[in-house]
Amino acid sequence: MMERTEAELISAVLKGDPASFEPLVQKYSPRVFATARRYARRESEIEDIAQEVWLKAFDKLKSFRGEAPFEHWLMRMTVRTCYDFLRGHQRNRESSFSELSEPENDWLERFVTAPETATDNADAAKLLVGRVMEKLSPSARLVITLLEIEDRSVKEIAQLTGWSVPLVKVRAFRARGEMRKIVAKMAKEKYL
Amino acid sequence: MNLAELQKKMIAAARANVPGDRVPYAFEKRITALLASRVAPDNMALWVHGLWRAAVSCVAISMVCGAWAFFNPTTTTTATAADLSQNFENTLLASVDQSDQAQ
Repeated sequence: MMERTEAELISAVLKGDPASFEPLVQKYSPRVFATARRYARRESEIEDIAQEVWLKAFDKLKSFRGEAPFEHWLMRMTVRTCYDFLRGHQRNRESSFSELSEPENDWLERFVTAPETATDNADAAKLLVGRVMEKLSPSARLVITLLEIEDRSVKEIAQLTGWSVPLVKVRAFRARGEMRKIVAKMAKEKYL
Repeated sequence: MNLAELQKKMIAAARANVPGDRVPYAFEKRITALLASRVAPDNMALWVHGLWRAAVSCVAISMVCGAWAFFNPTTTTTATAADLSQNFENTLLASVDQSDQAQ
């Protein structure tokens, strides 16, 4: 049987055939999961985000006009769902840096004594970044992730989040300041 | 400690840590099952179904009324109609009758 195009699948879903949605879920779920893993740590939370994204996509499929690729439309929905998740799960923002694990402490020590030996791809560095990111406000975390980590442009971020370009710029400025403060707090708790 | 450098290192570490795109087994099947269980009912079909039921009820009621009218003796109906017209006339002309009697 010939494989159906995305437009055909979407049209079949809109005509009342939910089974035609399955190939779309299969094709784009890896991207949805990869995005959700940037904002949530537990697998159960990541699955919840992905499930919500697909349910929203199904419900709002009528609003997809087919002018842009389906993937772009879906990624906008994914980023907005992740943002909603961050706003609803701000539990770790108030914790302190006093309970850093041994590898994290070692990595920081190495950074202080010989910065060039503290490599970027060490597991401890990743854990530390995770801690810092968890302390950021939802909008700051979203902006830092999209702008600094995923290296997206301000215009792209505006399209993904639905914010205006000036708002993205303001939030990026504040997010950098927020991150600076958190890193300073971590250093202060550790070395003062 | 150089905080700007530390922040840069951290961003670099986050960039190096590309999240995996692994999808749980049969995730798409789960989503499809979930969607199938909550597909919104077709409003048009609901209306058509409701109207058909109403039409059947109307036909049944009109058949009962028809049968009742057919099997009932027609004289009663005529008599009732005659009584009604007589009563109506009496009521309407009651004041005229009263003034005639007074004279």
